[in-house]
Amino acid sequence: MFDETLITAVLVGAIAASVPLMLAGIGELISERAGVLNIGLEGMMLMGAYGGFWVAIETESIWLGFIGGAAAGALASLVMVFLCVRWGLDQIVVGIGVLLGAEGLTSLLDAATFADTRPRIGITARLDIPGLSDIPVAGRVVFGEPYMVYVTLLAVAVAGWVLWKTPWGLAIRATGERPEAVDAAGVNVVVVRSLAVLSAGVFGGLGGAYLSLVSAGNFIPMMTGGRGFMAIVLAMLARGRPLLLAAGALLFGFATAGTTALQLVGVEVRPEIVNSLPFAVVLAALVLLGRNEFLPSALALPYVRGER
Amino acid sequence: MDAESAGSVKDSIAPLIEITGITKRFPGVLANDDISLSIEKGEVHCLLGENGAGKSTLISILSGMTRPDAGTILIEGTETEINSPRQALDLGIGTVYQHATLVPTLTVLENLILGNTKGATLDESEGRRRLDELASILGTDVDPNAVAGDLALDEQQVIEIIKALWKGKTALILDEPTAMLAPAGVAELGKMFQRLKAGGLAIVFITHMLHEAIEMGDRVTVLRQGRVAGSIGPDELRSEQSERLRDRIVEIMFGSEATELGDVAELHVDVLEDHPDQGSLEKATSDAGGRSIGAPILKLDNVSLEASPASHGLHNINLTIAEGEILGIAGVGGNGQAELAEVLAGQRRVDSGQIHLLHDGNLQRIDRLGVHARGQMGLRYVSDDRRGEATVGSMSVSINLVLKKIGDAPFWRWHIMQAGEIQRNAESAIENFDIRTPSADTNISKLSGGNIQKVILARETMSNPRIVIHNKPTHGLDVRTMLMVRERIRQMAAEGVSAVVISNHLEELLDLCDRFAVLSKGRVIGIVENGPDAERHIGDLMVGGTVS
Repeated sequence: MFDETLITAVLVGAIAASVPLMLAGIGELISERAGVLNIGLEGMMLMGAYGGFWVAIETESIWLGFIGGAAAGALASLVMVFLCVRWGLDQIVVGIGVLLGAEGLTSLLDAATFADTRPRIGITARLDIPGLSDIPVAGRVVFGEPYMVYVTLLAVAVAGWVLWKTPWGLAIRATGERPEAVDAAGVNVVVVRSLAVLSAGVFGGLGGAYLSLVSAGNFIPMMTGGRGFMAIVLAMLARGRPLLLAAGALLFGFATAGTTALQLVGVEVRPEIVNSLPFAVVLAALVLLGRNEFLPSALALPYVRGER
Repeated sequence: MDAESAGSVKDSIAPLIEITGITKRFPGVLANDDISLSIEKGEVHCLLGENGAGKSTLISILSGMTRPDAGTILIEGTETEINSPRQALDLGIGTVYQHATLVPTLTVLENLILGNTKGATLDESEGRRRLDELASILGTDVDPNAVAGDLALDEQQVIEIIKALWKGKTALILDEPTAMLAPAGVAELGKMFQRLKAGGLAIVFITHMLHEAIEMGDRVTVLRQGRVAGSIGPDELRSEQSERLRDRIVEIMFGSEATELGDVAELHVDVLEDHPDQGSLEKATSDAGGRSIGAPILKLDNVSLEASPASHGLHNINLTIAEGEILGIAGVGGNGQAELAEVLAGQRRVDSGQIHLLHDGNLQRIDRLGVHARGQMGLRYVSDDRRGEATVGSMSVSINLVLKKIGDAPFWRWHIMQAGEIQRNAESAIENFDIRTPSADTNISKLSGGNIQKVILARETMSNPRIVIHNKPTHGLDVRTMLMVRERIRQMAAEGVSAVVISNHLEELLDLCDRFAVLSKGRVIGIVENGPDAERHIGDLMVGGTVS
């Protein structure tokens, strides 16, 4: 029953399911570290999913598609930058606005552009590492993934390095805790937070683009299906640490792939229950680890110089 | 000759910072009204004034946090605009703000290099070098890898100063740096000022303590209602006796009311001055102790709280407070004072032990009762966390005055708010406690710290208190408000209302209390009666207590 193909399928599925969460989660983590709770992440992912797919179809290039997805996510995050960071409006209200706006906009654009043709994208380029990829099971999974998986892992590592080893990372971490200290030290809080929110848009857009370009191969309205919110939860559970975030995303990925495997081996459970398992796993993690959750003190609080 | 040489120096070089005609208006307040003064190199310039006199506004203008509506700033003779904290730092003006600006989750070193955004990676070795250099100038020892939030308040203060000096190579501005410091810390700060002055730095320093201004300042400027009310130059500060200087300053600060305040103001200036051991203790204690003290009203038996990483806890506290008695809780801050206050107020449950309160003629056990029930039995708590747990900033003064009586008659009837009653209650509190507020409907966050303290005091002491716990009741208040608060505590004691006063200022306790309990690491290590030797006894206990 548990043969090589099944295990391979689970591993491949786990990684495929975790990549969009890792990408979006790392963006959210940076944004939260800077003190901006980016509730609109799901909307940024949707924008990235549509924008990425549209660019990929127009240019016939997956890579340009990813760049388009990042740009579309960044565009959506500009709403947060201007309304919340610059003008100090409520982050939760604006975030929900971004989500609803993106849902409406992408559904409308999808109907306008792809309603008749329903184009699809084939299998994306994989990085085959000679020799290593030939190892049974593990080799096929670990060393035969789409390039984007490696880009994602690199992004996690780079985010960790930037947050702990660079002046801007230090400024981001300090801004989420005590923005007035950052201001007093002569660093512009608005600039730090704007960059952090923009990076949430870029990474959210990439995560969304991964869904449409790699996971599904086409764009479907509302295709993110709550992954943006899952990424927000993971970023909070990870206590601001990129590696923990990657681990959490993998856990979700395995739960997702595990349920697929259950269906494949013919376990008699209603599909609705099977499909909710990954969310139940993350919920359980939230209950077990949520006590130790780390949230920056100035999270979701607008900063206006001289006011407290 | 002295005066002449000083004069010639001034003629030849423009002052380091010269401000003229600075005016700043906030909605409803003229915070700074045509202020002009100059700050010289190698001088400590003290700014004095009541809460709300405009000192902090002036400082935030110099540090680039606030822009003035009118006026000019000349730096070494050149007109300069300071539009952002970054610009102030680039001009060499470093500031220690009244509210802590260290990021508690970062290390000391990370806090210090926070402002340096040049370069791809953090330059920790350069940071360490500069930290060593500044620490040696200040004569202190600093662990660069300690997490800022774990440090004691006075250690954090030193880091704040180092942080300000990091870029502040020409001027250092400090907004009430001594408010949270024990006397030893203040003395240490004075030594640091001497070293920095010798290096040619200009220091601007806000304080409420007249003796600090007289001892540490080379020049004193007094602000009153946003204007310069007067100043005392270096020659006079050096030559005059401190007693005369104090009278001058009090006169400038309070004008016509000076005579009536003069006597009492002495009390809080005298003790640390010149002869810190004896001082004018007899005078300070003269009106304490003379009260008639009645039966026990509050009794603590073996009250204990478990220790935790953040707290010493409480261990077998046994105390009895009599009717009309004022008991002082002395000791170095952080030795269980906050825990004791919360346990007495009913905000924290004791882990073991009992608390009894006199009610309906006999001592009743209250350690299982909540804040509301204890309040109704006459036990009240004046918290030190004025803008935190004690008030709701976004609500009006009148609502804050009934915050602990939500649902109670006459302010609520059949669960409906009685706006008229609440308004009447507020009006009488505003009048009786001299609360300076535009109206009873003003949000309490718009008031100065002193006026918020008056609101809290009014709320806790109106309507039949029996015993009031005061946690740092005058912390950060100006002289006038401080005296008013102390007078209220004394007056209530004369009427038979007991008080427990927790304070970091020994001088305040000596002024008010009949007896003192000295806390160390969550234990009462001694009980001292007020009297001529009290200060020495308490001092011995505090020093001995912290060493063991």
